[in-house]
Amino acid sequence: MSDTSKTSLLALSPRTKQRNAAEKRFRAYGVAAIAIGLLMLTVLVTNIFSRGTGAFQQTFVTVNVELLESKLDKKGNRDLEDIKKVTTFGYNPLIRDSVVAKVEELGIQTDLKAKDLGGILSKGAVGQLREFVIANPDKIGETIEFRFLAQSRVDGYLKGRVHRESIGNDKSISAEQLDLVDQLVDAGVIVKSFNMDFITGADASDQRPEAAGIGVAMLGSLSMMFVVLGLALPIGVAASIYLEEFAPKNRLTDIIEVNISNLAAVPSIVFGILGLAVFINYMHLPTSAPLVGGLVLTLMTLPTIIISTRAALKAVPPSIRDAALGVGASKMQAVFHHVLPLAAPGILTGTIIGLAQALGETAPLLLIGMVGFIASNAPETLADGLLAPNSAMPAQIYEWAKRADPAFYERAWGGIIILLVFLVTMNTLAVILRRRFERRW
Amino acid sequence: MNDMQFTDRAVDQKETKIAAQGVNVHYGDAHAIKDVNVEIEDKTVTAFIGPSGCGKSTFLRCLNRMNDTIDICNVTGNILLDNEDIYDKRVDPVQLRAKVGMVFQKPNPFPKTIYDNVAYGPRIHGLAKNKADLDEIVEKALRRGAIWDEVKDRLDKPGTGLSGGQQQRLCIARAVATEPEVLLMDEPCSALDPIATAQVEELIDELRTRYSVVIVTHSMQQAARVSQKTAFFHLGTLVEFGHTGQIFTNPEDPRTESYITGRIG
Ligand SMILES: Nc1ncnc2c1ncn2[C@@H]1O[C@H](COP(=O)(O)OP(=O)(O)O)[C@@H](O)[C@H]1O
Ligand SMILES: [Mg+2]
Repeated sequence: MSDTSKTSLLALSPRTKQRNAAEKRFRAYGVAAIAIGLLMLTVLVTNIFSRGTGAFQQTFVTVNVELLESKLDKKGNRDLEDIKKVTTFGYNPLIRDSVVAKVEELGIQTDLKAKDLGGILSKGAVGQLREFVIANPDKIGETIEFRFLAQSRVDGYLKGRVHRESIGNDKSISAEQLDLVDQLVDAGVIVKSFNMDFITGADASDQRPEAAGIGVAMLGSLSMMFVVLGLALPIGVAASIYLEEFAPKNRLTDIIEVNISNLAAVPSIVFGILGLAVFINYMHLPTSAPLVGGLVLTLMTLPTIIISTRAALKAVPPSIRDAALGVGASKMQAVFHHVLPLAAPGILTGTIIGLAQALGETAPLLLIGMVGFIASNAPETLADGLLAPNSAMPAQIYEWAKRADPAFYERAWGGIIILLVFLVTMNTLAVILRRRFERRW
Repeated sequence: MNDMQFTDRAVDQKETKIAAQGVNVHYGDAHAIKDVNVEIEDKTVTAFIGPSGCGKSTFLRCLNRMNDTIDICNVTGNILLDNEDIYDKRVDPVQLRAKVGMVFQKPNPFPKTIYDNVAYGPRIHGLAKNKADLDEIVEKALRRGAIWDEVKDRLDKPGTGLSGGQQQRLCIARAVATEPEVLLMDEPCSALDPIATAQVEELIDELRTRYSVVIVTHSMQQAARVSQKTAFFHLGTLVEFGHTGQIFTNPEDPRTESYITGRIG
């Protein structure tokens, strides 16, 4: 060997240099890709939270309402039937007067008429008052402190959504009213505070965005999830166990397998129209019902559950089956005593991810009438929850986002926060389960 | 072959436990076992040797119908266990496998406690009337598996936490817990170190007093150490079957001789 061909370990050969440079470049690409991903996530999350957190706060006005007997119970015998005859319209003067009284009590000077003074309250205030009176007829005649929602323009003004310059041709609010609001805020009569009703309440009509909540739609979503869980999990697991452990491997099972994979890739709107045709037009199930929504989402979730269950069953080493069969267990005993418990975490993970997908799905709900339905009453019974028309969280969000009033827009973002909280919780649960039970053999 | 020591040969004729007559096995189109006839004696260790892929495992799995679980596997011919055809339509393989236990190549304890591993078979076959009964069965099986002393204080610990050799003895204990009559072992020591191997071999020799043991092994030394009868398979045919001592010292077939002297394999 000649001296020139002898290389030192301390010097890098050109080939090694090239290889190292390539590796460095690849690492840089990787880091850049992750950075872009993180950046997008940050933008998304900050955006959602900066726009949506407002929905969790609402502006309230505290006033003292004198429950005049002359208006509410003319006969004075506290007969509930008589009291119920007074419509919300009859409560209007009481509300109006309570604001007037407050303004006078604070010594605020204003040129506004009583009607405009009362106008700073939500249109829902009368309903709230009437409900209270019907529930407590004995309180008639007394003066009671109430916390009413402020109307959405006042709320928007406090949240910086409504500006003095932009209310020129807004019939719902005037500059004088805003002056009054400023003074009432200083006096502590108008305050912004946490609004539980957004999370638990029902959707409201176009005129009362301040009263709209996502709670009823949430119940709609939950009912659907129960239907999905109750149908997709047993059907999916049974189908997977049969296909994976019992079915002969032949042409037919191959075809079934391919079709299940295809089904997982079918756009969700297709399941929606299928649901419309089969469940509503043919089987005459009620439109907008969570039961129908749940059935449609079951069809959609089934392939996901089947695929993940089969993967979980495949991951159980065959030696476990051999061991069970070897001591004289039947095939079914081997599956149910040994294979299924080992596959359970995988099955659960797949199910949760399938449910999370279904929870966020909007398109199929369009076709069965769950989008656009105004869910104004919480269902009272379980059957109601399944059969009475309702909306679902993503459908409710879509509905709010397309309404004209920007106050609804804020609620759409708030709804998205709630939806995301659900999804993140479910996915975290799936990850925890997977970590917890990973590889026990 | 000087390192081989033969176990004392019981030359007296024992009862036939399993008789295979004209057994053929096909995996789809592949002919894996070709017309095998063999008689396996009771209370004897019979070794199956032969080069890799010659069909030892396949034939062993015929004896407890484990091949039923392979769709493409087709078995023809007769296999009689105590003169009853185990491939008869009326035979439920589940009942058969309780009588013919099996120990696999890789130790495969259930990912459950040591106790549950052994108790599983007796439980599903209803061998124990109550908990005390079951405890007794488990202890007896673990003693027969020569592992009782090592695990008696940790019966509630997972069986998968034991060492490889211990796991394999646990699997043997699990197999004998159902009171089988025949014990099939497919290369039970191939995943074990020499010390664990020696322990298992010693155990096999003890098991011979109660059961008919059939062991597949790729180690000729092992066959020589533990078995009384040896069957040599080659390319799916049973080339030679006889007393272990005779097979190893004075084989009749030139193929057997080539194999044990290391020329094929
Ligand atoms: N499950 C199976 N499917 C198809 N062919 C198999 C299967 N198991 C074994 N074989 C074939 O059968 C022949 C014998 O295999 P095997 O019994 O495992 O041999 P050995 O145990 O002696 O090494 C081999 O040719 C093998 O390829
Ligand atoms: Mg083998």
